[in-house]
Amino acid sequence: MSGADPIRLYRTVRLIRRFEERAIELVRSGDIVGGIHPYLGQEGIAAGVCAALRPDDVVAGTHRGHGHVLAKGADPGRMMAELCGRVTGLNRGRGGSMHAADFAVGVLGANAIVGAGGAIVTGAVWARRRRGEDLVGVSFLGDGAVNEGMLLEAFNLAAIWRVPVLFVCENNGYATTMPVADAVAGSISARAEAFGIRASTVDGQDPAIVHAATAAALGRMRADGGPEFLEARTFRFDAHHTFEHAVRLDYRSPEEVARGRSRDPVQIAGSRLPDAERAAVDADVEAVLEAAVAQALAAPEPDPATALEYLYASGLTARTGGG
Amino acid sequence: MPRLSYRKALNRALADELARDEEVFLLGEDIRVAASAVTAGLLKRFGPERVRDTPLSEQAFTSFATGAALVGARPVVEFQIPALLFLVFEQIVNHAHKFPLMTGGQCAVPVTYLVPGSGSRTGWAGQHSDHPYSLFVHAGVTTVVPATPADAYGLLVSAIRCDDPVVVFAPAAAMELRAEVSDPAPVPLGRGRVHRTGDDVTVVAVGHLVHDALAVADELAGEVSVEVFDPRTLYPFDWDGLLASVARTGRLVVVDDSNRSCGIAGEVIATVVEQVRLHAPPRRVTRPDGAVLPFAPALDRAVQPGRELLRQAIAHVSKDG
Ligand SMILES: Cc1ncc(C[n+]2csc(CCOP(=O)(O)OP(=O)(O)O)c2C)c(N)n1
Ligand SMILES: [Mg+2]
Repeated sequence: MSGADPIRLYRTVRLIRRFEERAIELVRSGDIVGGIHPYLGQEGIAAGVCAALRPDDVVAGTHRGHGHVLAKGADPGRMMAELCGRVTGLNRGRGGSMHAADFAVGVLGANAIVGAGGAIVTGAVWARRRRGEDLVGVSFLGDGAVNEGMLLEAFNLAAIWRVPVLFVCENNGYATTMPVADAVAGSISARAEAFGIRASTVDGQDPAIVHAATAAALGRMRADGGPEFLEARTFRFDAHHTFEHAVRLDYRSPEEVARGRSRDPVQIAGSRLPDAERAAVDADVEAVLEAAVAQALAAPEPDPATALEYLYASGLTARTGGG
Repeated sequence: MPRLSYRKALNRALADELARDEEVFLLGEDIRVAASAVTAGLLKRFGPERVRDTPLSEQAFTSFATGAALVGARPVVEFQIPALLFLVFEQIVNHAHKFPLMTGGQCAVPVTYLVPGSGSRTGWAGQHSDHPYSLFVHAGVTTVVPATPADAYGLLVSAIRCDDPVVVFAPAAAMELRAEVSDPAPVPLGRGRVHRTGDDVTVVAVGHLVHDALAVADELAGEVSVEVFDPRTLYPFDWDGLLASVARTGRLVVVDDSNRSCGIAGEVIATVVEQVRLHAPPRRVTRPDGAVLPFAPALDRAVQPGRELLRQAIAHVSKDG
């Protein structure tokens, strides 16, 4: 398999896995309010895709976005602080799980609205290429997003204007509880092909496969400019959202979950490392996350008097709500 | 003095900003051939990269503009029909407007949304005659409704230079106006203008209705001395300017082309009465609640705020107290 450093791939999937597990603990302890959409089981996609990107490339994530933000290079400590709503967070505690962004590393933001990121990243890539930069963009999206008209419009714009955006569909089989088979007429990749966008489907559980497919697509995209589409088949190991830990929703059988969990990206990537190297990565990730959680919990909460800070970039101040 | 049409003023503002700043570009439907005339001549001068015709994909091209703005561009998006703003309300309010706060100040979204021909177009019926500026005021998006050619030029220039999203409504009923404008200049956002001073009652008029208010004020001269206040920017509103006017006149009428409930007229009255003891209860002249403009011209006019209702409202507030 081409190019990707197996240690780096393993480190990223392991980092995301343990980040999510630590975050779920913090949801349970009440340190993260509002819950999260865990990326558990899908780590191979963010790891494989982002390993093929350059630092100046940009990505737009989803509501299930922690993996994208971490894999693109955001600091886990500041990410965890964001989930905990602290001033040291990536968004200074103003965004939380579903809006985490780090413009400094090219993360234009997770986005809580399904299907919204595609047009945004297309515009960002187009505007920077107009200045002569040769970057590309990635729009992560779920299988649910392929039924959103706005996203299909974005496919069309990117194709007609030849904007190099890789649309990465993380097909985990469900939009919340809605199975793909009940929701998607035709096929997912045919949506992209209808716009003349080259599409391929890969095993999203193996970050090396995802990386190879991404690197091939980006090579073509950087050369001739147009968008491509990558469907990565995956399985969500945990809840749609942590609220599901308290409210059991009946849509996946235990057998289906067991089958899905049997192909674990952490094991797949980890099995490619010698035991000692794998143990060293694990220890390093544990240390990073130990520090991340400690820093997040030690950081101050924002001052309520600053609740409207950053509302207007122009410096406009809003009237407050009092009598 | 040179005469400038309202439409030409918008065109000039676009041309001047395209020439001044490489990061400005235009997006919209049929703007290369300038179907609305507002972009006339711009394709030839600035080329198709900066005057971009879009497919009919309002939601995507509105968010495309957001993405471009996130990395430093200053897009101007033209909408052919005011109702298209309903289609992209989510993209403007939920994304463009919210990104700066949600990212903790990591970005700005300097996009201008331009609607040439807002409000009734006479004979274009229910789906082409909306004037939804109050929706954007409610959402906290900077909103301007220029009444004159000079303000059309000056406010559009300031909108493009503003670091926040700005919606510019150019009322259909004002688009054909011409005025002497010697030297078009930027007009600051958030600053109203007293078009005519008066002592007895302040009439706040929005957009094209400024001209109706001025006509009524002329007619009534000698009976009632009417001050006409044009906020120009509805959000942020020039409360200081308005309160100074009302503090002198002590009477208030608002004429506003919004539907009545939650329109800007209601906000103006609420804010004034929170701070000023008026001599008489204030009045507003608006579209009816839930208005849908009917097709037949007499019906279309019947639903719009007009001069007769304005005269009645002025008579009411002048009598009371
Ligand atoms: C436009 C929109 N509709 C509905 C929702 C509520 N919602 C949040 S996530 C989700 C499911 C999304 O499914 P998918 O795109 O497959 O992503 P996944 O959750 O499986 O990662 C829904 C319906 C939303 N956030 N945005
Ligand atoms: Mg899904």
